[in-house]
Amino acid sequence: MNSIFQDANRQQIANRRRKDVIIHLVFIVATSIGVLALCALIIDILMDGLSRLQPDLFTNFPSRKAAGSGMKSAIVGSIYMLIIMLPVSFILGVGAAIYLEEYAGKNRFTRLIQLNISTLAGVPSIVYGILGLTLFVRLLAFERSLLAGAFTMTLLVLPIIIVSAQEAIRAVPKSRRDASFALGATKWQTVSRSVIPSSISGILTGVILAMSRAIGETAPLVMIGAMTYINFLPTSLKDSFTVMPIQIYNWISKPQLEFKELAASGIIVLLALLLIMNFSAILLRNKYQKKY
Amino acid sequence: MQSDTPQANRKVLNTSTSITSPNAFKNNRVSVMNKMMPIILFLCASVSILTTIGIVITLFSETIQFFQKVPILEFIFGTKWSPLITPKSFGVLPLLNGTLMITLIACLVAIPLGLASAIYLSEYAPKKVRSAVKPVLEVLAGVPTIVYGYFALSFITPLIRDIFPGAGVFNALSAGIVVGIMIIPMVCSLSEDAMSSVPRALRDGAYALGATRLEVALKIVVPAAFSGIVASAVLAFSRAIGETMIVTVAAGATPTLTGNPLDSIQTMTAYIVQVSLGDTPHGTVEYGTIFAVGMTLFVITFLLNILAQYVARRFREEY
Amino acid sequence: MATATQVQVQPLISIEKLNLFYGSFHALKDVSLTIPEKAITAFIGPSGCGKSTLLRTLNRMNDMIPGTRIEGSIAIGGTELYSNEVDVETLRKKVGMVFQQPNPFPKSIYDNIAYGPRLHGIRGKQQLDELVETSLKSAVLWDEVKDHLKRSAFSLSGGQQQRLCIARALAVNPDILLMDEATSALDPISTLKIEELAQELKDRYTIVMVTHNMHQAARVSNQTVFFLNGEVVEYSDTEKLFSNPTDQRTEDYISGRFG
Repeated sequence: MNSIFQDANRQQIANRRRKDVIIHLVFIVATSIGVLALCALIIDILMDGLSRLQPDLFTNFPSRKAAGSGMKSAIVGSIYMLIIMLPVSFILGVGAAIYLEEYAGKNRFTRLIQLNISTLAGVPSIVYGILGLTLFVRLLAFERSLLAGAFTMTLLVLPIIIVSAQEAIRAVPKSRRDASFALGATKWQTVSRSVIPSSISGILTGVILAMSRAIGETAPLVMIGAMTYINFLPTSLKDSFTVMPIQIYNWISKPQLEFKELAASGIIVLLALLLIMNFSAILLRNKYQKKY
Repeated sequence: MQSDTPQANRKVLNTSTSITSPNAFKNNRVSVMNKMMPIILFLCASVSILTTIGIVITLFSETIQFFQKVPILEFIFGTKWSPLITPKSFGVLPLLNGTLMITLIACLVAIPLGLASAIYLSEYAPKKVRSAVKPVLEVLAGVPTIVYGYFALSFITPLIRDIFPGAGVFNALSAGIVVGIMIIPMVCSLSEDAMSSVPRALRDGAYALGATRLEVALKIVVPAAFSGIVASAVLAFSRAIGETMIVTVAAGATPTLTGNPLDSIQTMTAYIVQVSLGDTPHGTVEYGTIFAVGMTLFVITFLLNILAQYVARRFREEY
Repeated sequence: MATATQVQVQPLISIEKLNLFYGSFHALKDVSLTIPEKAITAFIGPSGCGKSTLLRTLNRMNDMIPGTRIEGSIAIGGTELYSNEVDVETLRKKVGMVFQQPNPFPKSIYDNIAYGPRLHGIRGKQQLDELVETSLKSAVLWDEVKDHLKRSAFSLSGGQQQRLCIARALAVNPDILLMDEATSALDPISTLKIEELAQELKDRYTIVMVTHNMHQAARVSNQTVFFLNGEVVEYSDTEKLFSNPTDQRTEDYISGRFG
């Protein structure tokens, strides 16, 4: 059996193959580190926080003593902020995406906007906090209010919404626009009745992901001053407020162990909310992929 | 079958104008929306430009005021940072040092692990593993930074202090490692995108010559996707520089020019948080430091982002 | 040289010395021809010969391609299409179009048909119901779909989808129907159905079809135009063009020597 597969290179080939197998293992180990980190994080938090995950957490305001302290005002603050942000960032973000994909000419100015959006996506969130502090808190005199916080976060998530909405709109086949135009639709009719309905689940997926980014963001809101014991629920846009990550930060920075546990249970609530949001985004995406 | 005459339609649609009449194609509708929408949508798009202008103006005007009180050279080359306690000094180097230390540690964690995961997912992993690992990475990318901060303080720091008893409760190593874990998904997904856009034919060519998977990955795919990989590394670097909450929680608040990762340090971002938490009055020099430091942060990350985009575009392989 | 044979029917569309450029590419060269009313005219020729381009000037779908420039005259019923008087949306309402690939909207069968009428301001449920029914009947699809109008248009077969697209075009009540290789993505049986449909519709509509399949042109059309490299080589009654072409190039093409 002296075939051509048994030449003098056999040893060399075997070495190369062994190297391939070893490095393959290295790659697997490297990849599992990321997965293990996530597991460690979740286990760590569950172990610290599960014992404090009691009704008090949802029904009580924060207090100086860890016992009986809750995050009611923070949960409500986060939800209020989302409610204000959602329509504003949806309209601005999707509007900008439609403009860039459907209306903008291929010129320098369009390229500038596009470049600008991708650059804004990389600006550290704390810088948005500085902008919000100067523009909304001071200049427009919103004070350290819910409104100032929601607007700052809107600017922060806009690039995310724009980019994902652009991708969704770009995925709508040209033939579908042609069909609409050929029936005598105007540009806006085509956009509003054919392009947007065809891309809406993709757009919404991006919006939900942007909202979950906003709900976990801490630094910009610390900047604009959403960081005090809030033992009331905001009743107007101009009221001061706090949000979940800030309440958690507050608890983390206290030295006592009980506050650490409180922080961990707060994190469980925050992560649960994010999980729900991400899950609905995945559901939407699946629906969207089925369509094409 | 065609009992209904088209005339019925004609009546319904109210288009009695014959196609041969001179007015056949005249507009008989008002389309205000169609005229208004481009303008409204343009305004939406211009918000992003206004945001950039707003950031630049805010940072510039306050920074210039700051430099009227503090010499710019002292700011850039000063080796001591203590703007809140007398004797005041405004040398940004300790903060820069802290930021760079965190960033380096983070990149040492994130770039090798992210890249290895990307190669594994793109070249080795069976479909099942891919579809299990990718969502995990997505979740990892979606975890709020404050949660990572908690993780650093309550899990990584005790671990480090077990190994290095000299390490402080707040230390750069712990925060840096966790920042690194946080940006693994970014490095991985951007690099994997670059690698999966390398055409199959290129791989097939190498396999046909008898190359192993490793050889294909390292000698064909990685070089072909190199610009995308470099861009992802640059973006990771920029992201680590701008990270705030992890370092605020876990790295400490002592601006020092140390090279020891087990020491407590302070980054630029953590400093900004520290000042805004206190009650420093608006208009003072101390308050101005936020903007000067913020400006430094913005300029560095801005340049890195431009660099990443330039690399990604300039060195893109033409397939 | 283009040779026009006497066409018995009144010309509805007349094109004279039409030139069209995409940037620097000269896509249509000095095209002159007339298209009769209530008949089927077929454009044939090898790919890239300009037949689809000319079709798309008839409802001005070319407007959306940047860098398109037009010279010469193209008129429907005496109205110059590229004059300021013409409202493009109104024009497209009267000149319907069916595309190469069936392109229904991701909506129900009903909403696909109602899309056009709704664009033009029809809201009443009864009126819409009536329009959906007559349009689907005209496209010979009614019997197949009448019991599940709410179902997604994507649940239909390719051939049904294309007839749905024809019904959708008919629902805004056009005078002219443009078919841009409307059967090229379909199987032979569906193709035959569409061809039969076109035959039925020509009594009420002026149909212009582009086809890459000259047998289809021979089967279906009353008049045939042969394009080559952006020029009209020859046009005449279909029977004459296929049995007794005047131009050598036409003969070469229809006898399968190129294309």
